[in-house]
Amino acid sequence: MKPGRIKPPMGHDNAWWWQQAAEDKLAIQRCSGCQVLRHPPRPMCDRCRSMEWDFIIAKGEAKVISFTVLHHPKFPGYSYPLPIVLAELAEGTRYIAELIDCDVERITRGMRLQVTTQTDDDGFKIPVFRPATGSE
Amino acid sequence: MAITLHNEAAIVGIGQTAFSKNSGVSELALAAEAVKNCLDDAGLDPVEVDGLSTFTLDSTDEVELARAVGLGDLHMFAKINYGGGAAVGLIQQAAMAVATGVCKYVVVWRAMNGRSGQRMGQGVSGEIISSDLIHWSWYMSHGMLTPASWVALIASNYMAEYGAGSEHLAEIAIAQRNYALNNPVAAGFGKPLTMDDYMNAKMISEPLRLYDCCQETDGGVALLITTPERARDLRQKPAIVRAVTQASTRGQEQMTSFYRDDLNSLPEMELAARRVYEMSGLSADDIDASCLYDAFTPEVLMQLESFGFCGRGEAKDFVQEGALRIDGRLPNNTHGGLLSEAYIHGVNNIAEGVRLIRGTSTSQPPKPINHALVSSGVGVPTGALILGADD
Repeated sequence: MKPGRIKPPMGHDNAWWWQQAAEDKLAIQRCSGCQVLRHPPRPMCDRCRSMEWDFIIAKGEAKVISFTVLHHPKFPGYSYPLPIVLAELAEGTRYIAELIDCDVERITRGMRLQVTTQTDDDGFKIPVFRPATGSE
Repeated sequence: MAITLHNEAAIVGIGQTAFSKNSGVSELALAAEAVKNCLDDAGLDPVEVDGLSTFTLDSTDEVELARAVGLGDLHMFAKINYGGGAAVGLIQQAAMAVATGVCKYVVVWRAMNGRSGQRMGQGVSGEIISSDLIHWSWYMSHGMLTPASWVALIASNYMAEYGAGSEHLAEIAIAQRNYALNNPVAAGFGKPLTMDDYMNAKMISEPLRLYDCCQETDGGVALLITTPERARDLRQKPAIVRAVTQASTRGQEQMTSFYRDDLNSLPEMELAARRVYEMSGLSADDIDASCLYDAFTPEVLMQLESFGFCGRGEAKDFVQEGALRIDGRLPNNTHGGLLSEAYIHGVNNIAEGVRLIRGTSTSQPPKPINHALVSSGVGVPTGALILGADD
C-alpha cells in the first residue's frame, strides 16, 4: 500500500470539516449571526463576534487565483511534480488544494476548476481540484 | 506622555559563531559562544547583563544560557514567536527594557543547528492539537510542507500580476552572492554565481529555483542593546535605534495569508514601514542601505514596494537597474544575507545593519551609511528597524 498523505490533527475547530470531506463534500463555515462565509474554519466570527455557526456545502465550482508546482523536496505520500492552486470558490471563499488530472504546463490564472475527492490507499479523503469540464 | 523608541536604545555589541552545515556542538554551546563574543566585542562584563530576549523557536532556555555564560541577575526575559518574524522584535523588546529602565544591558540571540539539527520545512504533524497545528494542516495535507511552497503561492501571483520574471529574482540572488564573495564567514564566500548557474539550478517550488532560497545554517548571532548614554562608555561605535516596531495586520496568518483581498502586497510590512518612518521622522529617501529579510528572493521585491523605495509593481525595474548593488541606490544585504551568508533567522541581517553603521562591512558601500533599514521575516507577523549613526 502506498503511504497516504499527512493527516490533519482534528480538534473542536476543524474536525467537523473533515467529517464532511470523508463524505465527499467541501464544507464552508457560515456565521449564524451575520451569515458571512469563512474558511479556514474558526470558532468566532471576526465581524460580528458570534460563536454560533453552521455550514453549507460548496457547489464545487472554482477558479485559479494563483498556483505553484512543487518539485523538491519530495515527501512520501505525494506525487511530483505536485501542482497546488489557490482557488476562489463560486461561493466567494478561497481554498488551497492539489490539482489533479491536469498537465502542469496547462495551469493558468483564471482557469476554471471543479472540486472532487481524492481518496488515498489508506481510505483518507480530501477535497482536491481538477480542471472543469471543457476548461482550457 | 508620548511613547516612542526614537533614539532610546543602541546596539553596541555583535557576536557570532562560525557558520557551518554541521557545528558538532549543541545549540546551547552556539548561543553561549555568540553571547560571549558579543560581550567581548562591546567590552562589557557578562555579570552586567540583566535582560535576555530570543525566539520561541530557539531551543536554548534563558537561565541555561545565563548559567553557561555567567550572566548577572535578570530583570527581563522574553521569547518572541513567528520564526524569522521575531528578528527585530528582539530589538524592540530590548529597546523597551532599556528605555524604561527595566534593564541596563540586554542581550538578544538566535542560535540554531539549522542544518544538522531540526531543519525548517520538514513538515509538522502528530497528535498534538493546537490552533497552530490546525492552521498548518490546511496546507500540510496537500503536500505543502515547506516555506518555499507557501511563499511560491504568493510570489507566483505577484510576479504574474506585475510581469516580474526569473531574471529579476536572479538579479537579487546574484547581487547578494557578489557581496558574499568578500565575506569570509559567508556560505557563498569564494563561490561566484552566474545567470546560467541560477537558471540551470533545480526547481524547488515554481517559480522558486534553488538560488531563490536561503541557506540552511548551524550557527549563532548575539547582539547587545543598552541606552545610547551607556553605549558611549563601551568599546564600539553604537548603532542608534532610530525606530523599531513589530507589525501584524488583519487577516494575518503565518506564511499563508492567502485569504486577504490584496495578494500583491505585504500589509504587515507596510504597517512596519509606516511605524518606523513615523517614529524616526525619516522616509525612504533617508535610507542609505538595507538588510531586507531574504529567505526567498521574491520577498525582497515585495518589500522594496512596502518600504516605498519604488511604487507598486515597480520593484522589478528598480532591481534590474542595479539598485541593490554596492554602488546602487540601496545596497542590500551587503554580507550576502540569508541567501548567501547564513540563515540565522535574520539576526545576522541585524548584525550587518550594525556593521554598515560602524563602517565595518566586508562590502562597505562607498557612500556614508547614516541610516540602515532592517526587516524581520516576510509573510509572517514581522517588524522593522532603522539604525542610525550616533550624532
